[in-house]
Amino acid sequence: MRSGTLPSLQLTLPGDAMSVRFALKSVMGFLRDLTLPEGRSGAIELVLAEVLNNITEHAYGETMCGVIELRIFRMQNRLHFVVLDDGLPMPEDAPNPNIQLEPARAPSTLPEGGFGWMLISELTNGLSYARTGNRNVLEFDITIDQTVQPH
Amino acid sequence: MNLTFQDLGNTRLIVAGEPRIDAAVAIQFKDRMREIMDAGPERFILDMSAVDFLDSSGLGAVVAAMKQVGAGKTFELAELTPAVKKVFALTRMDTVFRIHPNAQAALETEPTHAP
Repeated sequence: MRSGTLPSLQLTLPGDAMSVRFALKSVMGFLRDLTLPEGRSGAIELVLAEVLNNITEHAYGETMCGVIELRIFRMQNRLHFVVLDDGLPMPEDAPNPNIQLEPARAPSTLPEGGFGWMLISELTNGLSYARTGNRNVLEFDITIDQTVQPH
Repeated sequence: MNLTFQDLGNTRLIVAGEPRIDAAVAIQFKDRMREIMDAGPERFILDMSAVDFLDSSGLGAVVAAMKQVGAGKTFELAELTPAVKKVFALTRMDTVFRIHPNAQAALETEPTHAP
């Protein structure tokens, strides 16, 4: 985690799906002021939806409730994200996209889940996960200036 | 859940009127799609032109709808908005679904049956 640098945006939200929707709205408002290249804010919204909903569904699940803390740091050509929660630890194999899709699969064999990590890993850089005491700490970057560092 | 449909000949055109199909509504979407597709003609087209945002839960619900289609029937998509198109491309689901530019174009083409 980046200490000593103040986040450009910091949100604390309850870990449920409707609160995630509201939080994404706030983040979208913040991103509008940054005037990002075409499609970037959509990618950020998608990644955050996946990350935050993973926490509500898996770290907290149906039996636990808690808050999620989201910190966004504006760097030169990218945004750095730190997401914290106090839910269950992530399973060891979680931050890897574990579904391999063959293009011509029969529809009946298609997976209905597992797309989330696939999207996260394709749209982020430097994804890392740590368990610190009772907290989950997920960090990643999303490039915002594609002319400097193509993704 | 804003999902409506009309039958046009052998086709049931389903219109998703929801701007976001995400984790908050994926289950309702799936349930309503199951009702709509439980009976009906041999071809289903889902018009997604009003959907601005789809996450992995929403995508899972669309895949579930496709898997529900019985033998001899087809399930196709029409008019994905840019953000939704991106989700289909990143997950390679654009190679699995037949995707038409819009509902009108879908209605003017012949259905393709699932492999």
